[in-house]
Amino acid sequence: MDKLITVSPSPHVYGDDNVKKLMYGVIYALIPAFLVSVYFFGIGALIVTSISVVSCVMFEYLIQKYMMKTEPTVSDGSAAVTGVLLAMNLPTNMPWWIIVIGALVAIGVGKMSFGGLGNNPFNPALVGRVFLFISFPVQMTSWPEPIVSRLQYADAATGATPLAVIKEGLAAGVPMSRLAEQIPGYLDLFIGHLHGSMGEISALALLAGGIFMLTRKIITWHIPVSIFLTVFLFTGILWLINPYDNADPLFHLITGGLVLGAVYMATDYATSPMTPKGMWIFGIGIGVITVAIRVYGAYPEGISFAILIMNSFVPLINKYVKPNRFGEEVKNG
Amino acid sequence: MIQTFPKGGVHPAEDKFAAGSPIKTLKVPEAVVIPLSQHIGAPAEPLVKKGDTVKTGQLIAQSKGFVSANIHSSVTGTVKKIDSEPDSSGYKRTAVVIDAVDDDWADGIDTDKTLKKNITAGADEIVRRTLDAGIVGLGGATFPSHIKLSLPKGKKADILIINGVECEPCLTSDHRLMLERGDELMVGIQLLMKALNVTRAFIGIENNKPDAIAHLSKLSADYEGIKVRPLKIKYPQGAEKQLIKALINREVPSGGLPVDVGTVVHNVGTAVAVYEAVQKNKPLIERVVTVTGRDMKEPSNFLVRIGTPVRTLIDAAGGLPDNTGKVVNGGPMMGKALNSLEVPVTKGTSGILLIPADKAARKPVVNCMRCAKCITVCPMGLEPHLLMPATEFGKWELAEEERILDCMECGSCSYICPSGRPLLDYIRLGKSTVSKIIRSRKQ
Repeated sequence: MDKLITVSPSPHVYGDDNVKKLMYGVIYALIPAFLVSVYFFGIGALIVTSISVVSCVMFEYLIQKYMMKTEPTVSDGSAAVTGVLLAMNLPTNMPWWIIVIGALVAIGVGKMSFGGLGNNPFNPALVGRVFLFISFPVQMTSWPEPIVSRLQYADAATGATPLAVIKEGLAAGVPMSRLAEQIPGYLDLFIGHLHGSMGEISALALLAGGIFMLTRKIITWHIPVSIFLTVFLFTGILWLINPYDNADPLFHLITGGLVLGAVYMATDYATSPMTPKGMWIFGIGIGVITVAIRVYGAYPEGISFAILIMNSFVPLINKYVKPNRFGEEVKNG
Repeated sequence: MIQTFPKGGVHPAEDKFAAGSPIKTLKVPEAVVIPLSQHIGAPAEPLVKKGDTVKTGQLIAQSKGFVSANIHSSVTGTVKKIDSEPDSSGYKRTAVVIDAVDDDWADGIDTDKTLKKNITAGADEIVRRTLDAGIVGLGGATFPSHIKLSLPKGKKADILIINGVECEPCLTSDHRLMLERGDELMVGIQLLMKALNVTRAFIGIENNKPDAIAHLSKLSADYEGIKVRPLKIKYPQGAEKQLIKALINREVPSGGLPVDVGTVVHNVGTAVAVYEAVQKNKPLIERVVTVTGRDMKEPSNFLVRIGTPVRTLIDAAGGLPDNTGKVVNGGPMMGKALNSLEVPVTKGTSGILLIPADKAARKPVVNCMRCAKCITVCPMGLEPHLLMPATEFGKWELAEEERILDCMECGSCSYICPSGRPLLDYIRLGKSTVSKIIRSRKQ
């Protein structure tokens, strides 16, 4: 041979996907939801997202460089994804220092303590969110008014989410038909004109990003669809049995963090099952737990807890639910 | 709906640069290196010694043992030596080196190009001629063909499958063969059908070769029982089990053979070789090889004598581009990188692929993020992400349980992995250790 030539085993060509591309794909997919949030909440959405992303990236860099003494991998975009997702789960008037604490918990406890990308059993952004939810319940449940308080970051007028209105109303014995008058119409709910965490308000924008991720093969349809179907069926049955004390299934689908959770959080690679069958089990589990918490539990919203609970079953699911092996069932066609 | 296999697979860029280049016959080289092991199984036993003169097509090494194949001289000349020579694997293996002086064919070989359509040989004779002619699977797996034609006792096939898929990107040798030697192919298929005693044959061709599909469909109208079936483009559709699933929806059981589901698969090149062996008494001493690459001057398809150095082929296709980073024997998905250009073309060489330096390196390896893309693309329904650490940490029981031996090394998992993980490298290691363990258990 005239010169040094690479000799390596096959394959000799590779696909275009890499970690960075997939992670940035998730970020691009969240742009519509982010823009809707900026439209309804203004400056607060910008500030919360910036603080969250910067702190997550910074904590990951510092932990890798000075505690783990490894080459920081923040450029792969996974810390930024955690940052964006954490922000999406917060009200837009959240004090900056609480966001920084959330980022530290998300990256430090949720991700790096298990060894970093791919090794974490729980969705880091949700670890951060739930930590904040438990530690700072007041700040975590005071949502600013959409549109009216665009230019204010903190101390804006706040209100309850539609889910909370329904939950408290039903608990007080008010029939569903009267409660419906106190919440925005379904079109507003779908577009995002409501109280809520910055990224969860617009089912429309979230679904658009979800379709983008599906076409780019960043996620598969199994987990979101199984969650939506389960929530729809479960709440549908409850509603058919007793429409006076239960919200209809459509309401459950387009309110709260359901779409955000189902499309962006439950589909997190490291913390979701690896086979289509496993994904169905996972999705159905999340759907059932979410509805159970929403309808029977102490909180108006339950998808964060549902995802974290099901995250803990993922190793078991992966162990016992295998893909369809070729040649398993001998078929003669 | 166009047929394909249902589970897994990838679709790399096709890059069939040589698809429009008709097969050119490469001139007989000055010297050939003919390895005695050009097939899966035991090497053939040499019948010649240093100094002997041999004719083109003369038997020079006899098949030894059950899974073995005869070797014939591809030139006329003198045996220079019988020695260890490096082959495409990078290892040195016994080979017969012949200095060519002429191209005088051995007696009884019909070198006339006219089509001999009339079949007189019986089933046994077809199998015997296939054995005599040293024919192996020309798709690249090089399994001796006569074995596939002699069905095990109690097994029966009802459909013959002809593999014209050519799912490997870049390769076009089968494509050109189907276009240019369709008539011989049809007679070859009839011979295979007769040997197997089947009445139906399907030729599977991927949709990226519409001219071959049209041409063979037209030809097959004159031959009873032969049907062309277009297939959706998906790698690795040329793998036997996937092709059978795609064409006749039968699933070969784990560890089983195609004949377990009543079928036998032969490559189009093999069928043409069987035609030549039976109808023309011509042994397998040449084959069609694609020589291609992104920066190659003239991507070509050559009819090449076995034993010709790879460098000769590259020179004939316009020379080695300066930016060459890797030279592959075979296609980009399953081919083997060569460490020398002096190694010979053998019966299993379907292509020579030149990969530019900017594409030769592997991707940097980062953490597995458990994206499950390797599971999605595995056509065998395995879990490469699990098989790699099982091998890495020596968990052989787990590897066996997870059916590591079912892996056919198509490379789809390594191809797709966004983290650049060398999944197939580890699985290969795991496979060899697990099969050793299984063998020792049986003893």
